[in-house]
Amino acid sequence: MKYTLSVLVENQAGVLSKVSGLFSRRGFNIDSLAVGITEDSSISRMTIVVDGDEYVVEQLEKQLNKVIPVIKVRTYAQGEFISRELSLIKVNCPAKQRLDIMKIAELMGAKIVDVAVNTLTLQFADTHEQFETLLDLLKPYGIREIVRTGTVAIEKGSKTTV
Amino acid sequence: MISGADIMVKCLVNEGISVVFGYPGAAICPFFDSLYDSDIRTVLVRQEQNAAHAASGYARASSKVGVCVATSGPGATNLITGIATAYMDSIPIVAITGQVRSDLIGRDVFQEADITGACEPFIKHSYLVKDTNDLARIFKEAFHIATTGRPGPVLIDVPIDIQQNKISGFEYPEDVDIIGYKPSVKGHPIQIKRALELIAESKRPVICSGGGVLSSGSKPVFAEFADKTGIPVVSTMMGIGVMPSDNKQYLGMLGTFGTVRANRALLETDLLILCGARVGDRAVAAPHQVAERAKVIHIDIDPAEIGKNIQTTVPIVGDMKNVITVMRDKINYHVSDEWKNEFMSWKEPEIKPIEGFVEPRTFISRLSEMLRRKAILVADVGQNQIWCANNFKISDGRFLTTGGMGTMGYSLPAALGAKLARPERDVFVVCGDGSFQMSMSELAVAVQSDINVKIIIMQNGRLGMVREIQDKLYGSRYAATILGNVPDFAKLADAYGIKAYVATTNEEAENAVAEMLESDKPNVLICQASPETPSR
Repeated sequence: MKYTLSVLVENQAGVLSKVSGLFSRRGFNIDSLAVGITEDSSISRMTIVVDGDEYVVEQLEKQLNKVIPVIKVRTYAQGEFISRELSLIKVNCPAKQRLDIMKIAELMGAKIVDVAVNTLTLQFADTHEQFETLLDLLKPYGIREIVRTGTVAIEKGSKTTV
Repeated sequence: MISGADIMVKCLVNEGISVVFGYPGAAICPFFDSLYDSDIRTVLVRQEQNAAHAASGYARASSKVGVCVATSGPGATNLITGIATAYMDSIPIVAITGQVRSDLIGRDVFQEADITGACEPFIKHSYLVKDTNDLARIFKEAFHIATTGRPGPVLIDVPIDIQQNKISGFEYPEDVDIIGYKPSVKGHPIQIKRALELIAESKRPVICSGGGVLSSGSKPVFAEFADKTGIPVVSTMMGIGVMPSDNKQYLGMLGTFGTVRANRALLETDLLILCGARVGDRAVAAPHQVAERAKVIHIDIDPAEIGKNIQTTVPIVGDMKNVITVMRDKINYHVSDEWKNEFMSWKEPEIKPIEGFVEPRTFISRLSEMLRRKAILVADVGQNQIWCANNFKISDGRFLTTGGMGTMGYSLPAALGAKLARPERDVFVVCGDGSFQMSMSELAVAVQSDINVKIIIMQNGRLGMVREIQDKLYGSRYAATILGNVPDFAKLADAYGIKAYVATTNEEAENAVAEMLESDKPNVLICQASPETPSR
């Protein structure tokens, strides 16, 4: 099962390697990791998606808490959070197919951010599942390159994870 | 104006450090130069790994922080095994390393190594200092982190220019405020209540004590708790010494090489009370089987240890001293006569000596009677460690060994540290001829720094414990386990100006010990042990 963790860390050198080192050392399977500073520039947030069971997540939480610059760890329960990942997709696009692909983009809520003679580049920010759908739709045209960020997540409602 | 190096020394003075173990080099020269003017004693080891082990021995014997120092590059990387050992054994040490000039970091200059990166998986915390102004805060934090919560090693890597830079003043911070580091010390009252209820319901409870009981300083309270309840106590290797060996309630060390009684207790119990023990595989080979038979109360300062190796019925996160004090005060339980009579009826198999050799197990037992109260025995790793763990009769003394990491060569340097921490106590090393050769260079330190440690080498010409594995699992094919009885350890000791004794019988060994105890100089005793003597 996939778990999404939100980890607040002190924004200092070496934190990322401390956290990522934990994954290899303890044998955790990491799906994605995204880092960025928060509303407080001295604090960064890591959103980590892991594959595992309850034991793995409990251990991961505890081991993360042992890392000194880690301030807080929170594992989101199913349905309690909004998650998004950003992707840039460069797809083959001869002039006569341009309209078709633009329609797919419009339908899925993707934005066209670059046009070239034979390619289109789409920007897509949505859930992991929606990304898979878009990919299926674009595959027949020939995908040149995909660049994706890790998942970021935020709690639903007015509560905050600080 | 004050230099970074002078600040570092002042920080150590503020932390009450009176001795450091180290080995200099270009990148740490400013610090050694400042140490030269201070009241802090510098002990020059012969290899950096041993500086870390000596700091570990010092920390364990004194309940203070052990400090070791090395230069950049190879000096720092040599420290690694010692740091990893302290980490696995939860020993508070602070390691200070020199580093190349800050502006050269990353260019692979002479003697540059990313030591903070290299130590990452087995260190409690590490710092690479980037500004001389940060030194005082970092030292304060490092000592705080090393000693609080679950103790462990902390590394401070200081580039040479940071040591040389001068700043306007020095003020040692009074407090530490690390936002992400607030270890819980008090056990949760509801969990403690549940634990007491479980104990009240239990018929055959057993306490398993680990190193956490000793490092938290809760030995006396722990003894009172055990005494009040009559619950039998077994210990892990790191927990040896929590109870006097002759206490009827104490059943010895458990695990692969433990006593029959301790392992039997684990089989028979319906409630296992783990105190500062992490249920390592050598202590409990099949923890899930134990959890199937018995309920488990697990008390530990480190939340990550709870539920890691064994399923727990009642987890209590907190400092052992706090938790066990509350439990001692509140408990109203005593084991049944039935359980008491049963566990007290268990016996250990008799030791069968082999003619023409020193019998290590009976000799260790006899040795403990010859030493003064509070003696410290430092065992190395291998058969010698098991012989000592099971046969060293301890009351107020200490048994030091590396139970977690199992680093060969630990005993001699750790003993040097322990003796400097406790000069008034007898400090004895017991090692094998394999482990001794891993750190025998430190004999020079014992002589040069006049540290009165007594070294007993159990010589059987073998890497005995590996050989036992080869006998059991590899058809007695002795691949790379024959040491060949070289060198002549008596001549070697002589070369260092150390008086050596050789014994081939227990009587000779005991006579030698009696003589050694009369001397205030280091001695070596070589006991000829049979390769056929088993670990237990």
